[in-house]
Amino acid sequence: MDLVTEITILVLAAFVGFEVISKVPATLHTPLMSQTNAIHGIVVLGGLIVVGYSTSTFSDVIGFIAIVFGTINVVGGFMVTDRMLEMFGGKKKKKPEPEEGSK
Amino acid sequence: MALAALDPGGSVVGLLYILAFSLFIYGIKLGTHPTTARRGNGIAAIGMAVAVAATLAQKGIGNWWLIVGGIVLGSLIGAFASKRVKMTEMPQMVALYNGLGGGAIALIAWSEYRHWVHQGDEIGKLQNVSDALGGPVLSASIPLEVMIPTLLAMIVGSISFWGSNVAFAKLQELIPSQPMGLPGQKIINGVLLAVLIAGAVFLGFNNELADLNQPVFIGMLVLAAVLGTMVVMPIGGADMPVVISLLNAFTGLSAAAAGIALDNTALIVAGTLVGSSGTILTLEMATAMNRSIPNILFAGFGSPVTGGGSQEERPYQSMGAQDAAIQLAYADSVVIVPGYGLAVAQAQHAVREMADELEKRGVRVEYAIHPVAGRMPGHMNVLLAEADVPYEKLREMDDINPELPQTDVCVVIGANDVTNPAAKTDESSPIFGMPIIEAGEAQQCLVLKRSMSPGFAGIDNDLFYDPKTSMVFGDAKKIVSEIVSELGTL
Repeated sequence: MDLVTEITILVLAAFVGFEVISKVPATLHTPLMSQTNAIHGIVVLGGLIVVGYSTSTFSDVIGFIAIVFGTINVVGGFMVTDRMLEMFGGKKKKKPEPEEGSK
Repeated sequence: MALAALDPGGSVVGLLYILAFSLFIYGIKLGTHPTTARRGNGIAAIGMAVAVAATLAQKGIGNWWLIVGGIVLGSLIGAFASKRVKMTEMPQMVALYNGLGGGAIALIAWSEYRHWVHQGDEIGKLQNVSDALGGPVLSASIPLEVMIPTLLAMIVGSISFWGSNVAFAKLQELIPSQPMGLPGQKIINGVLLAVLIAGAVFLGFNNELADLNQPVFIGMLVLAAVLGTMVVMPIGGADMPVVISLLNAFTGLSAAAAGIALDNTALIVAGTLVGSSGTILTLEMATAMNRSIPNILFAGFGSPVTGGGSQEERPYQSMGAQDAAIQLAYADSVVIVPGYGLAVAQAQHAVREMADELEKRGVRVEYAIHPVAGRMPGHMNVLLAEADVPYEKLREMDDINPELPQTDVCVVIGANDVTNPAAKTDESSPIFGMPIIEAGEAQQCLVLKRSMSPGFAGIDNDLFYDPKTSMVFGDAKKIVSEIVSELGTL
């Protein structure tokens, strides 16, 4: 893929991000930060790719650590976000329509 | 290698990536509403699974033991840490995960560079053969459009890794949360940055495979680590959420850079999404605290500032749990202002019991939530939700401030800076201009606090010396429990 195509994708993705995310209520900022944090764990893909063309033990180790770090970022990130959001959900069962609370 | 046979052209992988980042975008969109947020998170997680599966089907994927081992180990650690972490420790958990992401990016960039160095060695060997046979001069170079993003990913990833680790250590109180710095730190940081840029330019110009210079690359990795540590070290704990959010955005952008280097659209799109969301979150947090990003990064809260006030001991009133209970029991309306101290003491359940007890007596109880209460926007809502506090009792700052003058008792629990009137009146105060919850406007004010020591930002609070204010000293959870039992005896 050529550089211009990649930068095009990058710029469009940035605008999508601004548009989608700028509508989040403050209450959900912590879960959202945690969720986006999990999403950048996508770098694990980079780890999966580079470990494939490793040619020395040292490169193996670097690639392996990259995969472990990336996976912790992904799995931990999504699970922690779920734990936070579970609390909002748990309340919902007792009281329907709680989100109109602040008038 | 085996899976790649199913998709010889590689277009299925590309299509699956499109599915994956569509799920990310949809997941984030659902994340903007309280009712759908959890589903959104799940959908984004499915997107991630699709992206990983698609990558494993790509050509050139090998070393399966390392891949499987890494994913299993990472999943176990991630799952274990997420189950164990307390809700109050959420901000540092996010910092830590963010750091790991940044570290992964820096390592990937390093691997990529090592891969080229290896290719250079191979070509060198071929050249020897070619020379012996009187053949042509072989040469190959790394295109700048790959080299530059790789160097960027390495530098930013390393800064993010070490910066996040320092942020984690400060929030976890492994190192003092007060601002720390060397004299002339700004100059040192400036020099470090200049050296990093010079190093990047040097490596960028030496993009012939034969000229690659791994020692310089490693040196830059280390310098970026030092810079990341030095930049975050002088920042006071109160500004930490903004810093974590900023580092989150940085990690996203370096993931996008790694995506350009590796020609991977999933990385480019997901990294950029995080970059833009992190930027918005950072700006919103900074606005809520009336701080500008350069101000946070380069000024810090400095050495303890006394906000221009007098230094001598000032008189204040204090009372015990019993008196506090009486005052609360005979009020008509009570507003609770929870702060980080409440979270640290794990007092949210005790506070809800106190509210229940008061409501039984016909007292109207509400909670005033400052946008940056806790350590991150929305953090306090999560903590109170954990204690089953009904959502509609949580009132936002702007919403409740006009009602505070008619409130009988305002109970400030473990909050300090967010109630400090100096933010409105004292132009020399470092928090001047930050919106506050006007606890001092209430008829009476109870401040539950461990001691008179200034808060996280290191700024004295005039509210504590107000004649209408009574201090109740002690651990928040213990005092609130005592008040609950006193209420039972009244």
